[in-house]
Amino acid sequence: MAMLSVKNLGISFGGLRAVDSFSITIEKGELYGLIGPNGAGKTTTFNLLTGVYKPDTGKMFLDGVDITGKNTIEINKAGIARTFQNIRLFKNMSVLDNVKIGLHNNYSYSTAAGILRLPSFFKSERQMNERAHDILSVFNLDQDANLLSANLPYGKQRKLEIARALATNPKLLLLDEPAAGMNPSETEELMETITLIRKKYDVTILLIEHDMKLVSGICEKIYVLNFGTELANGLPQDVLNNPEVIKAYLGE
Amino acid sequence: MKMKPAKQVSNSTRSNLITIGAIIIVYIICQIMIANGSISNLMKGLLIPLCYYSIMAVSLNLTVGILGELSLGHAGFMCIGAFASAFFSKVTVDTIPNVFIRFTLAILIGALAAALLGSLIGTVVLRLRGDYLAIVTLAFNEIIKNVMNVLYIGVDSEGVHFSIKDAASLNLEEGGQTIVNGPRGITGTPKDATFGIAILLLILTFIIIINLVNSRSGRAIMAIRDNRIAAESMGIDITKFKILAFTISASLAGVAGVLYSHNISTLIATQKNFGYNMSIMILVFVVLGGIGNLRGSIIAAVVLTLLPEYLRFMQDYRMIIYAIVLIVMMIFNWNPKCIAWRKNHSIKGYLAMLFNKQKKEA
Ligand SMILES: Nc1ncnc2c1ncn2[C@@H]1O[C@H](COP(=O)(O)OP(=O)(O)OP(=O)(O)O)[C@@H](O)[C@H]1O
Ligand SMILES: [Mg+2]
Repeated sequence: MAMLSVKNLGISFGGLRAVDSFSITIEKGELYGLIGPNGAGKTTTFNLLTGVYKPDTGKMFLDGVDITGKNTIEINKAGIARTFQNIRLFKNMSVLDNVKIGLHNNYSYSTAAGILRLPSFFKSERQMNERAHDILSVFNLDQDANLLSANLPYGKQRKLEIARALATNPKLLLLDEPAAGMNPSETEELMETITLIRKKYDVTILLIEHDMKLVSGICEKIYVLNFGTELANGLPQDVLNNPEVIKAYLGE
Repeated sequence: MKMKPAKQVSNSTRSNLITIGAIIIVYIICQIMIANGSISNLMKGLLIPLCYYSIMAVSLNLTVGILGELSLGHAGFMCIGAFASAFFSKVTVDTIPNVFIRFTLAILIGALAAALLGSLIGTVVLRLRGDYLAIVTLAFNEIIKNVMNVLYIGVDSEGVHFSIKDAASLNLEEGGQTIVNGPRGITGTPKDATFGIAILLLILTFIIIINLVNSRSGRAIMAIRDNRIAAESMGIDITKFKILAFTISASLAGVAGVLYSHNISTLIATQKNFGYNMSIMILVFVVLGGIGNLRGSIIAAVVLTLLPEYLRFMQDYRMIIYAIVLIVMMIFNWNPKCIAWRKNHSIKGYLAMLFNKQKKEA
């Protein structure tokens, strides 16, 4: 069964059909790229998949479960986590605490146990710290754990967003332009990290990216959006050589 | 509203211990001064108020600084805590002669009553944000205060009677007792509050909030403050944790109310003690002490409570001085240059310098 199966998803803002008939099937473990010119509707698609916007047409299934119309919290609990194009870290919290927010629903002790410092508090916190450090070390952020997240350099902030999303233990990870603003060597490193987390955390990935080197380098399939509709969808070599795609990117 | 960045984790644990230590030292100094009679009557009468104002400020900081929502109704919860607990203490003053047990129960009842009301109001108002929330909480504050002014409650052998008309319509039987008497409030509450208990409650309030902040729920609350959309995408239940923070904040204000009502003989809800004047004064403590800075809340509450009392001799000029101090404190706390100056000239910094020098010389 497909990890994500979406049929005819669509949404309008006023008169603008931002996304129309978005259909995609992502198999478990796949790394799918979502590309398209500026304003094509890529981020809006992510917002639909994560329940930020309610679709006005279409259906979506995660691992066979209908998640159409569910809210953001329910969809995260169902197993979809995401990062944001415009970074949205918890700025006044430490790097470690940002990841521990991701772990929030995977560990549980009551508020009272936290205030009274009961044994369950210490046990869960110890496990959470271990797991959080574990995830941070994958991204080479371990030594920055106690820094305020707002004080991280830009590239590390992007990585922390991915770490935090991974901490929720998702089946499907949505990355919105993870390499935006990174220099070539940082992008290179990010590609390696993405390859690593796929194996280590057994996660399926759908990523939006403008950096063609990254897309053609690691994506196994590519979906091209243009003006909210599908322009091409399939294997990288087919999609990237498609004259329609080249035209959309280079202009008429 | 801009939030002050949190400090590093290990650092803040130490600074919290310092705060608690400082409170205890101040308590001991006051006790010594009381013992050898070197404390003025004015100051002596202010010891318990200083504690409940500090509790009010610290607990409001949970809503304003940690949750990041502006509430202008904090005195309403103090009011409920004060009345609920005073009612209990007056009814049970004969049946529970043990002051410790009675007052402990009174504190729990005050906290619980305020928590119930807090969760109720929180459920209704926390959908609103920013200025809207501020206005609606202020309105609730006024409603609570006004209801307490028309409420009559009496007790007789049949149980508790309520009225919002007058004492006569309570229809109490012979020997029945009117406990809450409308605008005349509650009289004859046992004066169970002591400075020691007040200090203890202040420390407890401080520890409760610190422990909350450094736990799973507290992190969720701060995540909502920092970025609502990201918190939702991490599966954090926004409504639940907002109400939780608001409720805890309200219940601690209720505890302050218990101290208030058990420190005076006549409890009346007025504009000055439970109206928005009080709510705004507490907010001033929080803002000047530093939003999110619990220690600052206590310092601001103490300084700004003592100041007008000690400036009484200046009569009409005292409010001018008070205003000037407010402005100076605001600049001191929030001006970036002042913050930088304080960092360079902190006591901790000097101590470290001194220490390093000694090390070098040794
Ligand atoms: N909440 C909204 N209300 C109205 N219009 C919106 C809203 N969100 C997105 N849009 C519009 O939908 C279109 C698609 O926007 P979207 O952000 O999805 O593009 P994108 O493909 O992510 O572009 P970019 O590469 O620049 O990030 C744009 O025209 C945008 O203005
Ligand atoms: Mg986008």
